[in-house]
Amino acid sequence: MNNIGLLTIFMLSMFVGFEVISKVSAVLHTPLMSGANAIHGVILVGAILITGTATGAVQITLGLVAVVLATANMVGGFVVTDRMLEMFKGRGKAKAAVAAKDATDERPAT
Amino acid sequence: MSTATQSAYLVTALCFILALKGLSSPKTARNGNLIGAFGAAIAVVVTVGQRHLGHRPLIIGAIVVGAVVAVPAARMVKMTAIPQMVALFNGVGGGAAMLVALDEYVRLHRLDSTAASIAVAFTAIVGSVSFTGSLITFAKLQELMTGRPILVPGAQFVTSLVGLGAVGCGIAAVAASSVPLLVICTALSLALGVLFVLPVGGADVPVVISLLNAFTGLTVAASGYVLDNTLLIVAGTLVGASGTMLTQLMAHAMGRPITGVLFGAFSGSSTAGSTAELTSSADRGVRSAGADDIAILLAYARKVAIVPGYGLAVAQAQHTCRELVDLLESRGVQVFYAIHPVAGRMPGHMNVLLAEANVPYEQLKEMDDANPEFSSTDVAVVVGANDVVNPAARDSVGSPIYGMPILNVDEATNVVFMKRSMRPGFAGIDNELLYHPKTTLFFGDAKDSLSKLVAAVKAL
Repeated sequence: MNNIGLLTIFMLSMFVGFEVISKVSAVLHTPLMSGANAIHGVILVGAILITGTATGAVQITLGLVAVVLATANMVGGFVVTDRMLEMFKGRGKAKAAVAAKDATDERPAT
Repeated sequence: MSTATQSAYLVTALCFILALKGLSSPKTARNGNLIGAFGAAIAVVVTVGQRHLGHRPLIIGAIVVGAVVAVPAARMVKMTAIPQMVALFNGVGGGAAMLVALDEYVRLHRLDSTAASIAVAFTAIVGSVSFTGSLITFAKLQELMTGRPILVPGAQFVTSLVGLGAVGCGIAAVAASSVPLLVICTALSLALGVLFVLPVGGADVPVVISLLNAFTGLTVAASGYVLDNTLLIVAGTLVGASGTMLTQLMAHAMGRPITGVLFGAFSGSSTAGSTAELTSSADRGVRSAGADDIAILLAYARKVAIVPGYGLAVAQAQHTCRELVDLLESRGVQVFYAIHPVAGRMPGHMNVLLAEANVPYEQLKEMDDANPEFSSTDVAVVVGANDVVNPAARDSVGSPIYGMPILNVDEATNVVFMKRSMRPGFAGIDNELLYHPKTTLFFGDAKDSLSKLVAAVKAL
């Protein structure tokens, strides 16, 4: 793809990234950071592509090390985030119960 | 690359956007994370399945190795250690991105455009800083090294020099398409990551992790440019942008400008806890008491506030804490938890821990709701927290933590501090409140102390 095309994608992604996060409560800062951390583990795709076309021991070794590290980043990242969010489950239920009790009250917009 | 592969990548990119969106609201957070994982899985399967991919068995083997190491680590890690786990995963991601760009450069030796060469140099520098920087934050949080800022005379000069050297070598490597120069650039950048994080004070480490996370995102985006891969560009840029935003939000939650976090230690004004203050106050008298006295104080109070901090987390005392609270409530005492947004080592750390102990949601009060309650509170029990209740943040203009919003526990009629020792908090700053006449100290490990209190209240 030409440079302008790539640059366009870059700029648009940047705006989406800013917009998506604009208002987050402090409680979710850590899971959100961890989730974003897992997402950049997608460098695994790059690592696979580069190893797949590598020739010679040096290139293959570099590529395979990158694959191992990137997999750890991606898989570990998603698992750790899920574990953190698992802890909110009980809280969510309690919240729902409260909401049900105050059914007559106006529901806050989410 | 085939149209089918490209389409799969598009689906993945959309999944990532939905994942970030989901993660920013408590209701949808867990599903958001699953959507992200699903998208990532699609991309990996499609990539491995490509027809002309060489070394497929080796690659699959490497993926299995990575997963076998990471999954148990992520599953088994204690809740208290999760922040450093995130730092570690971020670091290896940065390392992977750096290796990918280097590998591509070594192979082609000369890239078809200057822009791509610049992207490689960028990846080498930023990826390396993210890699070693994250490892140092890991070491700090894991307490493999001191959490205090490490200040070496002339460090600022050395760091600037190494930084300039790295950028200079990067530029030279691009201009001369030289692999050895790029290797030197990478080595200098690895050193830069260490120098960059060493002077950061413990309390600011989470903000730095978030920043390094954004760095890794940008590195991935630059690798995507080198490889001409749109998925990497989209995913990397998303993380880079949202990570920058998040870093600002976190710095804001601590009431500190981001520049203060990063460069405060260098100028010696903000992150660094002043040790001079400590020695002067070391001999001052404090009042300490045993479990029985404090049990009486609590059992006959009308309203009690629990202020949890890292001490609670590290002692795994959340269940014992809940036991005490239940016991007090059964005696008719009104109890609430006052949660500071950055108590512990990470924003939201306390909410996660207390949720694990099934503390009812109604008992948790965020800072803005908790602060008006303290003036009518009989006893505020601070369990292993320090900096987040330090009145210096509110009153003393010269203090390193001045401006950070705190829980006003000093407005309560009595304050009980459960601490292991007189050591100051993570920020390394002394707390005036410890010496206040209305304050009682209860020394010991948070879990032991709470168990003793439970026994003492039962015996009343």
